[in-house]
Amino acid sequence: MADKVLMKGNEAIAEAALRAGCRLYFAYPITPQSELIEYMSKMMPKVGGTFVQSESEIAAINMVYGASGCGKRVMTSSSSPGISLKQEGISYISGASLPAVVVNVVRGGPGLGDIQPAQGDYYQATRGGGHGDYRNIVLAPSTVQEFADMAPLAFDLADKYRIVVLILSDGLIGQMMEPVEFQPAKTEEEIEELGKQHESWCMHPNEDEPNHHHHIINSLELDPNVLSDLVLNLEKKYIEIEKTEIRFEKYNISPDNEILCVAYGTAARITKSAIDELKKEGKSIGLIRPITLWPFPSEAIKQAINQNVKKILTLELNLGQMIDDVRLAIEGKLPVDFMGRVGGLVFSPEEVKAKIEEIL
Amino acid sequence: MKIELICSGFGGQGALTIGKFLSLAAMKEGKDVSWLPSYGPEMRGGTANVAVVISDKQIASPLVSHPDWLVALNKPSVDKFGPMIKSGGLMIANSDMCPDKLGREDVEEIYAPMSSIATEIGSTKVLNMVSLGVIIGKTGLVKYETVEKDLREILGKKNPALLEANLKAIKKGKEIGEKS
Repeated sequence: MADKVLMKGNEAIAEAALRAGCRLYFAYPITPQSELIEYMSKMMPKVGGTFVQSESEIAAINMVYGASGCGKRVMTSSSSPGISLKQEGISYISGASLPAVVVNVVRGGPGLGDIQPAQGDYYQATRGGGHGDYRNIVLAPSTVQEFADMAPLAFDLADKYRIVVLILSDGLIGQMMEPVEFQPAKTEEEIEELGKQHESWCMHPNEDEPNHHHHIINSLELDPNVLSDLVLNLEKKYIEIEKTEIRFEKYNISPDNEILCVAYGTAARITKSAIDELKKEGKSIGLIRPITLWPFPSEAIKQAINQNVKKILTLELNLGQMIDDVRLAIEGKLPVDFMGRVGGLVFSPEEVKAKIEEIL
Repeated sequence: MKIELICSGFGGQGALTIGKFLSLAAMKEGKDVSWLPSYGPEMRGGTANVAVVISDKQIASPLVSHPDWLVALNKPSVDKFGPMIKSGGLMIANSDMCPDKLGREDVEEIYAPMSSIATEIGSTKVLNMVSLGVIIGKTGLVKYETVEKDLREILGKKNPALLEANLKAIKKGKEIGEKS
């Protein structure tokens, strides 16, 4: 492993994406995500890739659609309002069963909202913000290191399942600097190899090549019987992902737990601090931190309910969105309490501690 | 060991940079660090601050609501964050721009004429580095040598004159810190 460097989350994910073999990146600037596009604009030409600052977010996602159809590792990024604009494209890419990585550095909403960290895009991310029956794998980092590590993971998952992988970060993780260790950069030969796995379906630019195949990439199918088969095929993929790709972290889970917290990303970090403080006072609180928001770690939450757990507490920087998935996971076995902040405000460890003490 | 601090000043005074070099040095010395800037529609002359956490263990929350230490480069920083310092904490302030004492008996206060020292050295830009020196001299949180090495790497070729001014400022601050 290389030495640690001190980097902002937004820069770290960009560097990690380049190392993972991303040679095409299209985006439009927006705070608190702009360091990502800035880094790409500087570094992408140095690795021989293509960077385009598009005229809009919609143009960027459609460039991703085209590039992905050529079987290349491609990424776009934005923050909440920009991600809303990309939803049509994400639905098309999903319908055409193409791999792509999308990063959302979430800010306060709805509408233009503000530029502070928030988690108000959980529903949009996990339910599919565009139209139609589709799923995106959703990864939620809670540190700069994890944010960086998610770039190679996201590309690998996208390639494996030909699916859109959405990395759901937030303004705090994007703006913060922490130590990061990067995985070694892929060589040009390795990147070339990666592209070959898509040869059976992707578009080939050069018709004169001897192994040229004629492929049509499309999300339109007017025959309902054919479309039905296509969507059922997508479903098979989603069922497979739900079986094999669930990721989560257990923190302080023990038979003594009186309360089980569920939180992701920034909210989870703050909850951990509160749990550490309460531990010093002899109180045992557990935390399940979903790392994949879809597929959701329902079984892990259910299994973490030890005999002494009286209540579940879901903590989010929104009005309560993931709480729906938590309720579904525990099937009404226990009451589910909620702590939230909106508008780009972030609860402090002290406030979380007070909330836990109140419901203990 | 876990230290939470806030560095604060006018935009352009270099408060965020103090935190950056402190974090960088602590990281090189094997600590976990987090550097969380205030960000927003801010401008030169407005306030800018950064929350830094340095710890032996992995850092959970990067938020700092009650700092162990405060570095205040101007008066609004003392007014805003002074009352939040933990009891038994430390405030390092720029006496050229913070005329009034904080007046808390449970907080140790160190005042250094950072702006004047920087002017004497020949670059008003390096006033932030005086405070970094005070932290090093007073607390030993990071070694001077680590910071010097980082600065040489970053500024050495690009701007040798500014590098020397920075090192002078840190050394001057370190002396003040050691005496306090």
